[in-house]
Formats: sequence, structure tokens, C-alpha cells
Amino acid sequence: MNRIIVGRLSVNVSGLRVLQRSFCSSVAEKASSSNSGQPSSESEVKQSFTNNDDQYDVAVVGGGMVGMALACSLASMPLTKHLSVAIIDSNPALGKSNFIKKEDPPDPRVSTVTPATISFFKEIGAWQYVQQHRHAYFDKMQVWDYTGLGYTKYNARDVNKEILGCVVENKVLHSSLLSCMQNTEFRKTIYPSRLTSMALLPSSSSISVDSTPSATTLFTKGHLAKLDLSDGKSLYAKLVVGADGGKSRVRELAGFKTTGWSYSQNAIICTVEHNKENYCAWQRFLPAGPIALLPIGDNFSNIVWTMNPKDASDCKSMNEDDFVKILNHALDYGYGPHPKSISSGSVDMFSWFRGDATLSAKECFEVPPRVVKLASERMVFPLSLKHANNYVSKRVVLIGDAAHTVHPLAGQGVNLGFGDASTLSRIIAEGIAVGADIGEVSLLKKYEAERKPANIVMMAVLDGFQKAYSVDFGPLNILRAAAFHGAQYISPLKRNIISYASGEQRLPLPLPLFT
Amino acid sequence: MDPSSNKHRRAESKKYIEREKERTKEKKERMGSNSISKMAARHLRILSGCNGALLSVRFFSDSTLAQEPIASTAIDSASVSPSINTAENHSQLNNNKKHSAPSSLKHAELAKFSAIADTWWDAEGPYKPLHALNPTRLAFIRSTLCRHFRKDPYSARPFEGLNIVDVGCGGGILSEPLARMGATVTGIDAVEKNIKIARLHADLDPETSTIEYCCTTAEKLVEEQRKFDAVIASEVIEHVADPAEFCKSLSALTVSEGATVISTINRSMRAYATAIIAAEHILHWLPKGTHQWSSFLTPEELVLILQRASIDVKEMAGFVYNPLTGRWSLSDDISVNFIAFGTKNS
Repeated sequence: MNRIIVGRLSVNVSGLRVLQRSFCSSVAEKASSSNSGQPSSESEVKQSFTNNDDQYDVAVVGGGMVGMALACSLASMPLTKHLSVAIIDSNPALGKSNFIKKEDPPDPRVSTVTPATISFFKEIGAWQYVQQHRHAYFDKMQVWDYTGLGYTKYNARDVNKEILGCVVENKVLHSSLLSCMQNTEFRKTIYPSRLTSMALLPSSSSISVDSTPSATTLFTKGHLAKLDLSDGKSLYAKLVVGADGGKSRVRELAGFKTTGWSYSQNAIICTVEHNKENYCAWQRFLPAGPIALLPIGDNFSNIVWTMNPKDASDCKSMNEDDFVKILNHALDYGYGPHPKSISSGSVDMFSWFRGDATLSAKECFEVPPRVVKLASERMVFPLSLKHANNYVSKRVVLIGDAAHTVHPLAGQGVNLGFGDASTLSRIIAEGIAVGADIGEVSLLKKYEAERKPANIVMMAVLDGFQKAYSVDFGPLNILRAAAFHGAQYISPLKRNIISYASGEQRLPLPLPLFT
Repeated sequence: MDPSSNKHRRAESKKYIEREKERTKEKKERMGSNSISKMAARHLRILSGCNGALLSVRFFSDSTLAQEPIASTAIDSASVSPSINTAENHSQLNNNKKHSAPSSLKHAELAKFSAIADTWWDAEGPYKPLHALNPTRLAFIRSTLCRHFRKDPYSARPFEGLNIVDVGCGGGILSEPLARMGATVTGIDAVEKNIKIARLHADLDPETSTIEYCCTTAEKLVEEQRKFDAVIASEVIEHVADPAEFCKSLSALTVSEGATVISTINRSMRAYATAIIAAEHILHWLPKGTHQWSSFLTPEELVLILQRASIDVKEMAGFVYNPLTGRWSLSDDISVNFIAFGTKNS
């Protein structure tokens, strides 16, 4: 008992020391300002605050697409444009400008950006740079499966939209964001290095009695996180953003646990060329996994083909002509027949539900354009799903693949990341509007509360697709076919699916689990 | 604990106090009757009050403390700032304490808050509702003050150049964001422990370390003839004995054409009756007869007493709690929690 009282008193005393110190300094400041006229104590503090070169409001670890998008987004909003931002990435491209040559053939690494992502890019002022490079809008999408029992065609006009999405090379997205950042006035510093360690002390006011608010004393007070880099430099930040991808160092250092599994599947990606231009996104579900053909402008398309690891390495090593042959086979008659178009009119099982039929419901099944040659090397990636159990802790927040790695099935991964960047910058602005400390957990929790359900639903949907197709079993095949029919002919459902895939609506269906 | 070492330490600390007294006396003599600005003098009073508190605490607790740092910091502070006789001011502080009777605060409230003050800044602690409410009331304050003072609502520091007092600042939950929004903030609270907590916490961030915290009451600030562009008393008026007098004090602190913001709880009459009967007649926390305040907490009556204190209420909003999300939002429903913005007549 005695000890407890004594302990509390000692806390009080150590507190009082600081209390006394600050009163003294404020007297000194007030006294000096009364002597010398106007310089307020506030501006003095601010000056000494900004004098610390290695001290930032936000440190973004990882200057990839999502990290750059966050920096651009912060720079574009009136409430956050004053923030000083450090970007830590060893990628030398960050120091250069405009590193893309237009004549280069398309890179196989592409993303399908949704209308929601496009409007985000327009808001932050980066879409104009994307438009200067190769990009391909598509307004139609056809999904079918190998059993030949059903297909679905989506059309942007079903939801009164011009487009369903746009396929852009990752390097174009990245360089556009880089140009956007370079042409926006804000306090940014690029550290061409890697994060080695991160330290954050709990809030405590009793440790230091230094009179100047230097970064080190603020660090010891728990007001700043300290980041050590591989080149020996270190910096301090109020908020550390982990945008460093699926193998996030920030996530590891902050001790966030993850849940996930790897699919025993690989994706093979490459660029191919057609005889004519392609304006439609195609996806066919094959026994081993889906194959997608995405338009990327000119006569090029991108292939994302999921298969088991052995087949993937075979596909990678076989000669070009053979690969093009099996590719065309997989996109056409391979593994099973074409689905029949119901417009020929035998049984219309959903006619009672159709109401105002969507335009695309009358559209027939089409065969995707033939691939004539390979236009890039073939790359193989293992597929996995990973989700951080938490996205935030004090002064640390995860965005993009650092928080969630998804099946690349619908090219949704990066859209989720851009969604994170957009939401996080908005939450930071909201916090600044009401004078919050941007590293406060209660503020960051709002970001988590908004993004986690959205990300989990998308992951579950994509994982579900993957699982549904990993079994080749008669009744299940019919069930899948019924789902295709449903998606093709039930208009409200179809509209729901389109707006969900466009990133405009949170849930494709009222899923009670996540509401 | 070893009693002999204890005695030894006590003796040493006494010696140290003597030494410090001598130092400060010396300082005083050196300074002589130099005129110090009024502002600085006020700060000195606070400073020396704390000095006194520091000394008195040290008498009881030095047995567990490493003596070296205390001595060094205390001497540091004495040498950094012009200081006056501590002993004298110690007694002044005590006088102030005895003097606090005429203030409009209830003793029960003081006691209650002191007991739980430690937990002020724990967002998951007992002040969780207040932390949750904070962004919502700040959103109201931001929008009304920006409009009234014609400040840019898209600025990160719209309150730059505004002098704001947070009456009943507690641990500084409202004062700190106001400072980050650019205001020159004075936080006052009658509970000394709250002020200490607020000071400690504000020093963690250079943006908030400029806040001036004083253990005082609105009435005393009026006596000191302080004036502010905006006076904010959030969740305080329900803790004062005489809201009408309190509002007059708030009005007296506000500059002409300045703003006053008050938020409180609109309790039902039944709740009041319970509070009066329980608190005054059964528990005897309050002297009998302090009951008029009960009727002052409806929005209509708040508007009326503010009007009598020459403050026109221009805007009012309700806070609505969503138990599912645990968040508060602004609404037109003022039946439970509400916030009022008024301007002072010239």
C-alpha cells in the first residue's frame, strides 16, 4: 500500500518537473515577446520544429503505386497539402521523371482499374498523365466456363455507363503518379533506401527535460516513430504508412499478424498480339483456373492464366508457337464446348424475373479474337491470399498489399489498394479538420473500420470463385452454370454485380455476414 | 524501508530547499523592482504556485526518488526564469485554495473528477464517451467559428490568430485539437490535478505545448480582466452551481462580437429530481438549496440565460450517439446532448 502511494507520488513529481519546465519556458517566451514586439511563441516553436530535417508528418514506406497514390492524394487535398511527406523506396525510378518510352511493347504487368479508381486518379490529378500513355477502356465483358453450360455478358450500358473499366500497365500507373507528385507543390522527400528497423515508444512525459522540442526528445515522449534505413540514415514521423507490398517490412516490424494461405497455383502472364483491336475483357473458367484476356490498346492484349505450378513452368519453357496454340485452344474449344446462346429461345427459365431486360441479355456468346503472336516474355507468379488481422496501431497504418494480398482474378488487387489510399487520406483530412493528432489510434481505427469489411468481402468473393472452380464435379458444374444464367438474365443482379466490380458499391448482394 | 536512510534523505532535501530559497531570494534581489509586464507576472504566479506544489510533494515522496535529477531540474528552472520567493507564493497558493468557496463549482464535482483524472487520456477508459464525442463537437465549433470569424474552412489551421479559452478543460481533450487548429488556447480548470495532466500531455506535441493551462475559474479570469475572441465551455455548465452567473462570467470573458460555445446535457425533469434528492438530501454531497441550476439545462433556458448575459444564440445542434458504430454525429435532435453557438452583443 505504502509503496503504491509512494509510486504515485513519484509519478506526480516527475510530471511536475516537466510542468515546471514548460511554465518557465513559456514565461521566457512571453517575456521576450513583450520585449521584442511580435514574434509569438508559436512561430518560434514551429520554426524549431521544421528545422529538424529528418522529421516528417507522414512517412510512406514503399513508393509503389499505392504509396505514391497516397502521397499524391495527401498533396491534392486542401487540409492535408501542408503535411510533410517522406517516401522511402530504393527503386531508382522514383528519382527520375518520365521513364516510359511510348514505342516499348506493353509490359505484361497490367491492372484493370475500375471507374472508382479512375475518378480517384482524376481527383488527385494523375489521370491526365495516364491518358498520355497507352491505356484501354473496355465496355464489354464476357465470362463463361469450360462446361459449355452458361455464359454472362456484361455491358457498360446496362448500368448507364460509358465504360466498365480500363486496362493500364502498372508502369504507366506508377509513372503517372510520379509525374503527378513531381508537378504538385508539397513538402516531399524521397529516401532512396530501405527500412531496416522501426521504433515507437509509449507516451511518456517524465523522461526528458530538454527545453527544445527536437525530434529525439519527441521520440522519447512517444510523439514520433523512428525509422532506421539501410543507408544508415534515420528519420522520424508522426505517422508511418506501410505501403511496402505483400512482404511488408512495416507489417513485420509493427508485429501485425496475418491470416492467409497460398493456392497451389501459379499465374502466367504475358502480352499477346491480335490482328484487330480488342474492346472487350474476356474471362473463361477452366478446370485448373481462370484465363483472362484483357485489352491494353493498339492490337495488344494481356493474358493472366492461372494453372498448377507444373503446367505453368511447362508453359513458360515451351516454344512461342506452341504456347500461342494452346492459348487459342484455351480461349476457344479447349476443355469443352461453347455455351449455347439462349436467344435461340428453347427454355427461358428466368423470363418471369427479367422485367426490363438488360441490353446484354440479348447478346450472343462470342469467341474472343485469336492470338497471332506473343509480344513479351512470359512471367510466372505464385498465387496467395494474405490478410493482416489489423491494419492500424498507434502511429502505424497498412495500405494496399501490405494489408491484403488477393487472388488476381479480376485485377481487383490494386483497386483495393487505391481504395485504401483514398480512404486513408480522407480520414487524415477529417482528423486534421478537427485538430486530431494524425497518429492517434482512434482516428486510424476509422480507416480500418471502413476498409476492412470492403476488402474482406472482395477477398471472399475472389477466393470463393477460386474454390468454386477448383472442383470438377457434375452437380457443382450445373450449379455454376445456373449462377451464370442468373447473372446473365436477372437484370437487378447483373447491375449489382457490375457496380460492385466497378468499385462503386460495397456489396454485390446483401451479405448479412458483413453488414 | 530503512528509516535511517530515510532520515538522511529528508535532511538532505531540507538542505536543498534551504539552498533553493536562498537562490531565489538572490534572484529577487538582483531583479529588484524592475517592472515586469503584467502578463509575465501572471505567469510567474502560476510558476511559483507549481514550485510550491513541487516542494510540498517532495517532502513526502523523496524516499523513493533519485534525488539528483530533481535537484538539477529545479535549479535549472530557477536559473532559466526570473523567479520570486517560493515560500511566499506557496502560502499564496494556499490562500487561493481557501478562497475558492465563492466559485460556482460544486465540491462534489471537484472530488469526483480528481479521483478519476488519471484516466483522462485513455481513449478506451472512462472518458471514452468524451473522446468519441470530441470530433463531433469540434466539427460544430470549427464550422461555426470559421463562419463567424470569416476564416477559411479549408485551411488546416483556420483558428490562426484567434484567442480561445476552454473553460473546464479537464485533461485538455478539447484544448489540444483547438491548438492544432491554430488557436492560441488558454485552458482553465478548477481541479489542479486535471491541469497537471493537461500540461503533461500537451507537452508531448510541439503544436500543443503552446497551450496556457491555469488552475483557476472563469470568475477569477473575469477579475483579471482577461478577454478572448471565443469562449468555449463544453460539458461544464451542468457541473456549475449557478449557470446564470457562470454565463455572465463567460460573457464577460468574451470580446465584443466574440463567440461563445456551450455544450451540455438536456436532462429530463425526472432525472433532475433524482439528482437533487439523491445528491442533496440523501448523500449530502451538496448543501441544500443549490437546486435552481436544475431548471437551467434545457436548451430554451440556456438560450434565455445567455440572452440575459448579452449573448445571442445563433446556432444549435444536437449530438446523437449511434450505439452500433460507437460514433456521435450532429443532428437537429437536441433532446439529449446539445451544443449552442452564440455571439456577444456589442
